[in-house]
Amino acid sequence: MNINYLQQKAAEIRLKVIEGVSSAASGHPGGSLSISDILAVLYFDKMNITPKNPGNPDRDRFVLSKGHAAPAYYGALALSGYFDENEIKKLRTIGSFLQGHPDMIKVPGVDMSTGSLGQGLSAATGMALYAKRRNKKFHVYAIIGDGEMQEGQIWESFMTSAHYSLDNLTVFIDLNGLQIDGEVKDIMNNNPVREKLTAFGWNTIVIDGHSIPEIGAAIDAAKETFGKPTAIICNTIKGKGVSYMENKVSWHGAAPDANLAELAMEELGQQLKKLREVG
Amino acid sequence: MALSTREAYGEALRKLGAKYDFWVMDADLSKATKTDLFADAYPERFINMGIAEGNLMSTAAGLASCGQTVFASTFAIFATGRAFEQVRNSIAYTNLNVKVAATHGGVLIGPDGGSHQAIEDISNMRTLPNMTVVVPCDAASTYEAVEQAINLVGPVYLRFGRFPGDDVYKTGSCPFEIGKGNVLIDGNDVTLIAIGDMVPESIKAASILKQNGIDAAVIDMHTVKPIDAPLIIEYAAKTGAVVTAEDHNIIGGLGSAVAEVLAENCTARLGRIGVQDLFGRSGSKEELKKYYKLTAEDIAEKAMALVEYKRTRR
Repeated sequence: MNINYLQQKAAEIRLKVIEGVSSAASGHPGGSLSISDILAVLYFDKMNITPKNPGNPDRDRFVLSKGHAAPAYYGALALSGYFDENEIKKLRTIGSFLQGHPDMIKVPGVDMSTGSLGQGLSAATGMALYAKRRNKKFHVYAIIGDGEMQEGQIWESFMTSAHYSLDNLTVFIDLNGLQIDGEVKDIMNNNPVREKLTAFGWNTIVIDGHSIPEIGAAIDAAKETFGKPTAIICNTIKGKGVSYMENKVSWHGAAPDANLAELAMEELGQQLKKLREVG
Repeated sequence: MALSTREAYGEALRKLGAKYDFWVMDADLSKATKTDLFADAYPERFINMGIAEGNLMSTAAGLASCGQTVFASTFAIFATGRAFEQVRNSIAYTNLNVKVAATHGGVLIGPDGGSHQAIEDISNMRTLPNMTVVVPCDAASTYEAVEQAINLVGPVYLRFGRFPGDDVYKTGSCPFEIGKGNVLIDGNDVTLIAIGDMVPESIKAASILKQNGIDAAVIDMHTVKPIDAPLIIEYAAKTGAVVTAEDHNIIGGLGSAVAEVLAENCTARLGRIGVQDLFGRSGSKEELKKYYKLTAEDIAEKAMALVEYKRTRR
């Protein structure tokens, strides 16, 4: 695992997030930036993917259950070679296949359409059930949001995957603490997350969701866990990497204007430059 | 004794399970939906999701995304009501190969009462792009509907009833093509277009009408979407009067689908037999048929009124 390389990829994904949402003048930068490191590790190290053959039946699956973080997802897919990076400038426009939320019919590499919160994790569970029953070797990954955990369906699928011992399913929980209307703990507290997941029969690992080595180690540990699914509970910062967005609920679903976008690109560009210098 | 369409559904799954590789999922109602017949025969292809219908639909979508055909079964009210948005976003929007196969559709499911009697399921499913809507009327056509749903790539809503009715077709010799209505009786004075339990009622209505000197055509419009518009137009032109009959709210179901075709293409007069924008209530099937005016006599009366209307307008 080349940590510097993956940190660079995370920075590149973040640049794509800003490029996408600022071009579209809408979208969800905060929760995209909070999962960029996870996506970098999945798409550039851990997942078995074949971007030139997106439908490969043996590929690992990924479901972005918090579908509003599509800009980061599209960034990871484009940088992996699923489609032309320039498409990201057309995000959310009528002529583009890049919809506001991921669409599996339109976007190469998207394994499940998401956007309506709570449904993606169930779909990931269905994929894992298939693999388990048919002895397929692929692994299924999903990312859910902490606000998304307020959806009852999330807990229905937590029950299902534990019930069916789906150790081929690994779920990242993006615990950034913020949702549209404010702090998760104020809107509808869902703590303690780890204790709840443990009680539901899950293997749980708590990490810094921006630490590439911790993300990598947690995935390795998940794949060594048998008989139960793994939740990697990621402490993250909404807006991570763009100073003025960090921990600001207002950047959940708002795009930066041209000046602010430039500021963000500059900051992320500096981060990338530094990584390239030491890498 | 005729089989109910739900029993025929379970039998069809069990038989077709030997011929095709598909999955069946249920939400703790397998004994009522009759998917237990499949579960017993093919446990490795059956998944019980517990009482969680939204989760059932999205999980079925994930399974289908792996190239699998999946039947997701529960009662119609839960499949299309509680889980509507999961069916919409996880199944229809994605155009995945999930057959939402629901039993206990309509008020004629009897004693469970209004909370369990889906009167809006066909309407809900009909508005979803990519969704095909099929309502077989007896055991033989249920078998054909299930097999054709397996062979049709994409989402299908299948609606089954609770209690047996009269058989309309003979087993093994049922003409059935999704999207093509079946003319069961030809006629010139009025056309009765029906689905489900109202098909045998319409056949009875045609004989009542015959005794009154009225020559009624009867069509089993088992596919509500895509509806067989050419057949409706042909019979509207031929008979000038159409009566629809369904165990469903008259708003949004078969009657509405036929009305849409007629309004854009024909000058025929339409009458709709169905649940008159009311919720259901407990009772026996026969009692409920009378209470909600879903009997052969009700259909015949409506048809006679239309024929009379035509005569006075001539």
